[in-house]
Amino acid sequence: MDAVTAPEKRIMEPEKEQSMQSARAEAAGAEAKMGVEGLDLYYGEFHALKDVTLDFPKNEVTALIGPSGCGKSTLLKTLNRMNDLVDGCRVDGCVSLDGDDIYGGLPVNDLRRRVGMVFQQPNPFPMSIYDNIAFGPRTHGIKGKEELDVIVEQSLRDAAIWDEVKDRLKKCALGLSGGQQQRLCIARALAVQPEVLLLDESTSALDPISTAKIEGLVTELASKYTVIMVTHNMLQAIRVSTKTAFFLLGEMVEAGDTDALFTHPKDSRTADYVSGRFG
Amino acid sequence: MTSKILRALVYVGAILTALVLAGIVGYILINGIPHLKPSLFEWTYTSENVSLMPALVDTILMALLALALSVPTGVGAAIYLVEYARSSSRFVRAVRMTAETLQGIPSIIYGLFGLLFFTTMLGWGLSLMSGACTLAIMVLPVVMRTTEEALLAVPESYKQGGFALGAGHVRTIFRCVLPSALPGIVGGVLLALGRCVGEVAALLFTAGTVAQIPDFGGQGIFAIFDSCRTLAVHMYVLASEGLHMDETYATAVVLLILIVILNMGANFAAKRLKRGM
Repeated sequence: MDAVTAPEKRIMEPEKEQSMQSARAEAAGAEAKMGVEGLDLYYGEFHALKDVTLDFPKNEVTALIGPSGCGKSTLLKTLNRMNDLVDGCRVDGCVSLDGDDIYGGLPVNDLRRRVGMVFQQPNPFPMSIYDNIAFGPRTHGIKGKEELDVIVEQSLRDAAIWDEVKDRLKKCALGLSGGQQQRLCIARALAVQPEVLLLDESTSALDPISTAKIEGLVTELASKYTVIMVTHNMLQAIRVSTKTAFFLLGEMVEAGDTDALFTHPKDSRTADYVSGRFG
Repeated sequence: MTSKILRALVYVGAILTALVLAGIVGYILINGIPHLKPSLFEWTYTSENVSLMPALVDTILMALLALALSVPTGVGAAIYLVEYARSSSRFVRAVRMTAETLQGIPSIIYGLFGLLFFTTMLGWGLSLMSGACTLAIMVLPVVMRTTEEALLAVPESYKQGGFALGAGHVRTIFRCVLPSALPGIVGGVLLALGRCVGEVAALLFTAGTVAQIPDFGGQGIFAIFDSCRTLAVHMYVLASEGLHMDETYATAVVLLILIVILNMGANFAAKRLKRGM
């Protein structure tokens, strides 16, 4: 599949761009934005991820599917080290962003700025819509009001919610509907100009119309960002993603082109799952 | 049938509670208001005018000083326990148990401790400072436990949202967690304030009963080592002398009003703070 090469998309760090090509990705032919290799993860004694190796192609949507408890959310939370917050969580193996080990020298707050996350339940902060969006940029040192105004508007536009909230930016974000709150959370994640966007079942708490809006949004966002989404909804994976990985009991069973995986699965377990025989 | 009985019981409970409160407040107002005379508000206390003014000022000073000492400590301790310490650690359990035990100790014990430690050992004498420190220790568990509960009630998702945007631990706590815990924390501070303003036993031993405003003009900050008398202590002294019962009721009216004003002030401050955050 053709990877979108868009040098102008990464104006922030052009010189880094060249140096950080993953050797693995080159070998595979597609440019990988993130990748995990030989990843084992334990929650205490529990072996939650078993020797997972997977690449996430740049400027594409990768979907992680599988039944509950298969480790797909765990993998997602490993990519921005949110698993650090879990007591007794231990990670072995390599997780890379632009070829750099994220468990190496990269400060965790920088990692989380570059790899944004949207959660299953919308979680706007109990403050105004404006302050919600400005929280991230302010955290990373942007204080000027004009600069913030621009970022807030652009982020809300990118998340396709600007028209709905532009007249009430000073109102508390908790007054929005669930679907609006979730798009606000996407806008909030975009406001720190991330390179990767992680979506953790971000539409599972929403109604079908809000879900459709967010799916459309994700497809558009893929031109600018690398999107990795966990979903319970296989149709959603088919509609939105270009690459899909299927997980079962902590193992990655199969990964590949979304169409191929759903129409001609190589592994019988994948075939059983996508045809609805279990899960 | 059972639900009707239960409902009746609930109503009776609510009405009884309201009646008791209304009874006490009404009794104090009826007995006190007719005796609110200008002489009660004279700047200096004499045994003739039994002015409550010095006690009123002392009460405010005492409460503010005690809260200034206990609120930062209590809130800080709660943040540490909830956000930093491992919840299963022995240290955390020990601190929690200590705080719960301290909450149940009669205030006279705090008074005795204050007398032995602040007044005698540190040589602060019967003073505003000794009294405030004693009160601060007394209300510290209240502030700490209520803050802890308030912090634990904040949805985990706020914290995750902060972390996921690359905010550090401190920024996440102060910007995402504390603002939503603020109403609960203010509730705890109000409880503490109520105990400070209403306390007598602990203060008799540590702050004494001298009815005067600390002489900040003459002694500067060292005036906090003067003895002073809060409104509650003032009432206790007047009532135990038995010579000025009418003025005692009038003083009680003022104490009631003071508590209402302080509560409203704290709630107002909390709203402003929350908006500012």
